[in-house]
Amino acid sequence: MRGLLTIVIAAILTHNIALTYLLGMCPFISMSQRIKTAWGMGVAVIFVVVLTAAINWLVYHLVLVPAHGELIHFIVFILVIAGTVQLLEMVMERFFPVLQAHFGIFLPLITVNCIVLAASLFMILRAYSFAKTLAFALGTAAGWTLAIVIVAAINEKLRLVGDVPKGLRGPGIVMIAAGIIALAFLGFGGMLRIQ
Amino acid sequence: MNLRRLLGKERYKTLLKGVWTEHPISSMCLGICSALAVSNKVENAIAMGAGVTFVLIATAVMVSSLRKMIPARGRMITYMVTIASFVIVVDKFLKAYFPVISETMGPYVGLIITNCILMGRAEAFYARNPLGLSLVDAVANGIAYSYTLTGIAVVREVLGFGTLLGMRVMPAGWENWVVLSLAPGAFFLLGLFLWITRTLAGVEPPREG
Repeated sequence: MRGLLTIVIAAILTHNIALTYLLGMCPFISMSQRIKTAWGMGVAVIFVVVLTAAINWLVYHLVLVPAHGELIHFIVFILVIAGTVQLLEMVMERFFPVLQAHFGIFLPLITVNCIVLAASLFMILRAYSFAKTLAFALGTAAGWTLAIVIVAAINEKLRLVGDVPKGLRGPGIVMIAAGIIALAFLGFGGMLRIQ
Repeated sequence: MNLRRLLGKERYKTLLKGVWTEHPISSMCLGICSALAVSNKVENAIAMGAGVTFVLIATAVMVSSLRKMIPARGRMITYMVTIASFVIVVDKFLKAYFPVISETMGPYVGLIITNCILMGRAEAFYARNPLGLSLVDAVANGIAYSYTLTGIAVVREVLGFGTLLGMRVMPAGWENWVVLSLAPGAFFLLGLFLWITRTLAGVEPPREG
């Protein structure tokens, strides 16, 4: 149990997927203008990452390994992710229209969000057990959400000041803001180890 | 210019667009993740650039020559499977011939699949244009991606490790800027790169809404 908690906290703070592994940058740039959008995207990401990592773990260990099909795990993972997102969209549309109205627009974008695939690839590289995979997926997605919400908050404040040089506006200033936050997160380094 | 006559007007224009005016990273903001993550050492950047260029070219050939047969509804999945198959080739190639680079790049090789440059170009260009033109576009985007990655990597490796391609280039008294080899350095340098190129190319800033 303690091991699991360590993995969650390490994935959020010391090994933040956005700020140390530099992944999930496309939505990081396009969705970080407002806290509300960033938060919506974050919640959708948490849900999808945990769900797909669990499914991918089961598929990998129960189907691919016994069948000696590890070679094609990239293809299988990406299909599982695309399929899950599609299915989720249909289920939400049918049964949870309120949720759909809030988070529906984020779902198609998630298929190409690299942290979804990254969570599945890391769990294979580090040979995590099923429970550890769930903990890692949860921490990873929560860490990404934390990072994008912080950067969105900075962007909202920046818009009030509003004298960012022309060429730096948009993605450029997001990079600089993320860099400063990443510096701050370096302070957590050494607090925990994750393998 | 010779190159222009060699390629013909339209292909030349596509090449120029890919390499400079519609640079995938600076003007379209595609492929940022790997541009940040794999640019800490020049050798990784070159390997990544070569890998992405290879997958781009292979995807261009496949998608462009099959474009009339791919059904509109299933096209995203088709592109994904095509891209993923070629990424497996790159992954196995690196593992077999460059095990050290493969080790340090870890999951980032597999993450070429979700590199938006591939999906973006497949959807926007290869699915609509003939093979020759698509090939030119793939090469142009590959070159643009590779030189950007390598450029950032040169700065980060020289200042962050004091080396270039593993060889010592800085004088003995040089104090490494460790932060440049870590994540924040990547963000700052890419921010600078975007600032410079977007100003030079005159990209209009997005409307703030």
